[in-house]
Amino acid sequence: MVENREIVVIGLNHKTAPVEVRECLAFSSEDNTKVLEIMCREPSVDEIVLFSTCNRVEFLLTTKDMPRAVEAVKDFLADFKKTPRSTFEQALYLHSGDEAVRHMFRVASSLDSMVVGEAQILGQIKESYREACNHRTCGVVLNRLMHRSFWVAKRVRTETGIGDHAVSISYAAVELGRKIFGELEGKAVLLIGAGEMAELAVEHLFTNHAGPIFVANRTFERGLEIAERFKGTAIRFEEITEYLKQVDIVISSTGAPDYILRHTDFKGVMRARKNRPLFLIDIAVPRDIDPEINRITNVYVYDIDDLQSAIQENIDERQREARKGERIADKAVVQFRRWFQSLDVVPTIISLREKVEAIRQAELKKTFASLASASEEDRAAIDRMTEALVKKILHDPTLFLKQSEQKDKKSLYVDIARRLFKLDERNDRGSNNE
Amino acid sequence: MSVLFALTMGCYIASLLGYQGYVLFQKRPVYRVASIVLWVGFLCHTAVLAVKYFEAGHIPVQNLHETLSTFGWAVVGVFLILQIKFHLMVLGALVAPLATLSVVIASILPRPPVELDPLFKGLWRTFHIGTLIVGNAAFAIAFLVGILYLVQEKAIKDKKRGFFFRRLPSLKLLDSMGYSCLIVGFPMLTFGIITGAIYAQMVLGRFWSWDPKEILAGITWLVYAALLHERLAVGWQGRRAAIMTIVGFVILLFTFFLRFLG
Repeated sequence: MVENREIVVIGLNHKTAPVEVRECLAFSSEDNTKVLEIMCREPSVDEIVLFSTCNRVEFLLTTKDMPRAVEAVKDFLADFKKTPRSTFEQALYLHSGDEAVRHMFRVASSLDSMVVGEAQILGQIKESYREACNHRTCGVVLNRLMHRSFWVAKRVRTETGIGDHAVSISYAAVELGRKIFGELEGKAVLLIGAGEMAELAVEHLFTNHAGPIFVANRTFERGLEIAERFKGTAIRFEEITEYLKQVDIVISSTGAPDYILRHTDFKGVMRARKNRPLFLIDIAVPRDIDPEINRITNVYVYDIDDLQSAIQENIDERQREARKGERIADKAVVQFRRWFQSLDVVPTIISLREKVEAIRQAELKKTFASLASASEEDRAAIDRMTEALVKKILHDPTLFLKQSEQKDKKSLYVDIARRLFKLDERNDRGSNNE
Repeated sequence: MSVLFALTMGCYIASLLGYQGYVLFQKRPVYRVASIVLWVGFLCHTAVLAVKYFEAGHIPVQNLHETLSTFGWAVVGVFLILQIKFHLMVLGALVAPLATLSVVIASILPRPPVELDPLFKGLWRTFHIGTLIVGNAAFAIAFLVGILYLVQEKAIKDKKRGFFFRRLPSLKLLDSMGYSCLIVGFPMLTFGIITGAIYAQMVLGRFWSWDPKEILAGITWLVYAALLHERLAVGWQGRRAAIMTIVGFVILLFTFFLRFLG
């Protein structure tokens, strides 16, 4: 490594820090600009990107002096956020080298998220990276690392089912509705009572083209209010049984201590419905809908626990898929390490010399073959001459690579040198043989 | 065994494996290959039956071997046509085994040479048999769909979201597919029975002779008629309709085998 250049991640997330700590360290997008400006002045830091979402605050950087850079970040956090170090120091994690790379890949692929497989994180990471690019705080290493992260994230999303299964109650309700009705379009919904979760579920059904929507509330005015939001109709509480004959989905969430819908309410309902299926969702605790109703043919009752366990299965499913994602990330870490190590100056110079020497030998062989009359001495002279030639040609580039002093330019030059002389092709073949 | 018949069997078995593979691993290309293979098998099978038809001059249903083979062909045919509209991908996993079973059993059955009574030829008979075969195939598919319905219904009722819940389509789709089969199958069955009666009148001099086969055919017709009536008038759907479809097909099978084994 270039004088022990390290990739470092330092930060905290939902697993290590409670929300109280996370919220006092979170950076707004205006802060972000200042942070990058301040941090890139820090001499121990070469390249830097800052990620700040509601679940994580992380600094990704490259440094030649890791302890100093880490201290600098901690000082900066305490200083900028005017928070004593003790509040967050316990929650901080520090990854370096392969671990840091793996961490970035996992974060971008949503393997490290609170809800595994959620799709937002990649967008947030891309935004942070764009910010860093605008401030030119990314160099050749982090540029490459970020692009690899996007690539890994994309592969994980397309090659595993990590984002496939619904993991919220309202999604579960919609998914079940689809399994019963096929299409939700035109399915009438009755909302009994109110409540954040119930309204969220109705909203989800609504966006999936369910409708018309009826709302029954103990206080009619409140019912009207909700109904208006979904362009629905408010009905009186006493009318519920009557409406059971025409709606397809019922979502109930009242604070009533007792059942709102009983088995007896369904007398004649199914006949009037011509046996069309009825899907009852009971989000209330204590329950609103008598579970016995589930026994009626073509009626399906799901309470909050049923929905919860449906989601749990989906979460488990995502975890299983996440394991496949981890494998993809692991593989990418190995590839990245290979590239990163190739940025070292000394191995580059060695392989440069080897390559040119190989060319020299090959050409000598050709020349000697056609110069059958040349004496031993002539051959030695030609040999010496080409050797000197090669040495002189390589002298300046070698010196340049060894001495280039700007801290983050070095890896850029090494990278260019490797590409200019096509050193990596041989390198790859070599490493494949390992 | 002719080469074409062997090819048919091979295709059916391959598509059977393909459909099972699709149900297990949920990979769409597997499904597509299985479908193509089934189409190829169906075309070979059609050729086999066509050759027989032109050789004998009548639909090949003279012995159990021929009947099973023709039945398997009709099941695949009805399935492939329905598939154009419904795309019920998992159904192949039941239809392909059924078709395979009928051709495999057909292939190992003895084939006694049939010398055909000239009485057994004629347009009415061709109609009688043709419609019954297609009708029965439609009911067979309805039966399979009914089974799928009950499995999925139970999964939703019991809140067990396992293997089948994820793979089977919505209850609505299964129900309307069962209904479509009924709509196709019932007129065919009715027409088959009527042409059969006319044919009996022509050959035997009476429309209906109360032999067990005819009685069972009558019962089958009544079951399906009742189901269709309930569906249209009372709006029977879902679980009860599925159970009824299954019962109807069991009686139908009984009638079918009575013809050859009884």
